[in-house]
Amino acid sequence: MPLQGNLRDFSTTQLLNLINLAGKTGTLAIFEGIPTKDKDAMGGVKMAAGKERARVAFKTGKLIHAALDDQDGNLVAVLNKAGKLTTEQARIIRERARNTSDKALALLLINANYVSQKDVVSSVQQHTLDVVYDLLSWHEGPFRFDDDQLPGSDRIMVPIDLENVIIEGARRIKQNEVLIQEIPNLDISLKFPENAKEKYKGVHLSVEEWRIVSFVNPKNTIRQIAKANNMSDLEIRKIIYGLLQAGLVQLVRSSAPILDGKGRVIPKAPAVQETVVRRIIDRIRSI
Amino acid sequence: MQQVKMIITGPFSSGKTEFINSISEIEVVSTERSISSEVERTVKDNTTVAMDFGRITVDDDLVLYLFGTPGQRRFDFMWEILAEGMLGFVVMVDSTKPETFREAKSILETFRAYAPTPYVVAANKQDLPDAWKTDDLRIALRIEDGVKLLPCVANQKESVKTVLLELLYSILEEMEAK
Ligand SMILES: Nc1nc2c(ncn2[C@@H]2O[C@H](COP(=O)(O)OP(=O)(O)OP(=O)(O)O)[C@@H](O)[C@H]2O)c(=O)[nH]1
Ligand SMILES: [Mg+2]
Repeated sequence: MPLQGNLRDFSTTQLLNLINLAGKTGTLAIFEGIPTKDKDAMGGVKMAAGKERARVAFKTGKLIHAALDDQDGNLVAVLNKAGKLTTEQARIIRERARNTSDKALALLLINANYVSQKDVVSSVQQHTLDVVYDLLSWHEGPFRFDDDQLPGSDRIMVPIDLENVIIEGARRIKQNEVLIQEIPNLDISLKFPENAKEKYKGVHLSVEEWRIVSFVNPKNTIRQIAKANNMSDLEIRKIIYGLLQAGLVQLVRSSAPILDGKGRVIPKAPAVQETVVRRIIDRIRSI
Repeated sequence: MQQVKMIITGPFSSGKTEFINSISEIEVVSTERSISSEVERTVKDNTTVAMDFGRITVDDDLVLYLFGTPGQRRFDFMWEILAEGMLGFVVMVDSTKPETFREAKSILETFRAYAPTPYVVAANKQDLPDAWKTDDLRIALRIEDGVKLLPCVANQKESVKTVLLELLYSILEEMEAK
């Protein structure tokens, strides 16, 4: 069964994160939301899936293709948009090669010295990114992820690492509420994931982001890092959110004693003996 | 007579009452009432307004109580009182309702802050076709590797037993680690 939901509950950034971390292969489709008379479990208006608006394909956690329903995503249009073909050239090629697949057309254009292979790759890549960056600003719409479904082999697919896309997504977040929900507490600290070296390979961070990364240490809380860098709560949350979603840092749970409202230390474990737990286990097994 | 308790928590309609009902030896002393607001009625007819209360008698001098929190946030003033002295807690998530995931995570964090006891996450309603799989839920809810996330069908006793046992094993492990 496909993974389903609505972008207002599970954002494009979160979806990309899930696909990246789970190394998924398949196609994400986003639909127009049609309000129904029903409510969802949180009391919001339940949306039915209408016309498809976008379709994005992934292979083992990498972005490989993206298309908007109302946009010409053919190679000629893509090369024209990237300035590799003039509008006149594009018109002529379109007329002559009406039924040629993107892949075959690319070969023809490269052989005829219209464009280089590099031009094709970079233009297609940029087009895919443009589409996905557009999707990052969509905050509503039913979605569905179908495992193992991929575009036809006649399409040109350029694999793109999702980490950079996710970080760019976080940079574009404007609403503070989303960030507060994701990182409610600034008094916790950060650490690097186990395979940090591999994760950071090929990641493009801004100067500010690198600065924050350089402060990542279980000894520093997020609040302290913000203070040291003169950053507002919003600014620091935005950066940390991006790093978290891209799997570049992780939150550290404090092991300091937890105090109750009156400053007393709450005991770490309840005052129950091991034998009590064993007796409960035996009893439940026998039910 | 020694009494110990575990808390079953989670968002509205995630299956807490069902879970306790499946294993409790007494008819759940529930404080259900029919749902007044139209919004909630479309999801189900009854909601728990105070808390559910289930019991498992272990032997002559030990009883385990299962407390189910009311799912609606407007009753969360009771959570902290409930949480005091708990052995551990289960966070129930309706795997078919991504609109509740954020709430589930926030409830999880709230309980975690009340007491540092072990807990498990139950990915409930795994019998339904549109349930998210546990691997996806782990990422979606950002559950750390060390925390158990278990598939669950709350109206099946064996499934409920497994979830409770896994929680108890975690409690035992933590005791042994000391
Ligand atoms: N198919 C299926 N249905 C379930 C499962 N668990 C619970 N349900 C149904 O989901 C609905 C909600 O379950 P409840 O046990 O009332 O949920 P709750 O968490 O106690 O809800 P509140 O007390 O209102 O917060 C009921 O209609 C249950 O029968 C499950 O594992 N599978
Ligand atoms: Mg209930």
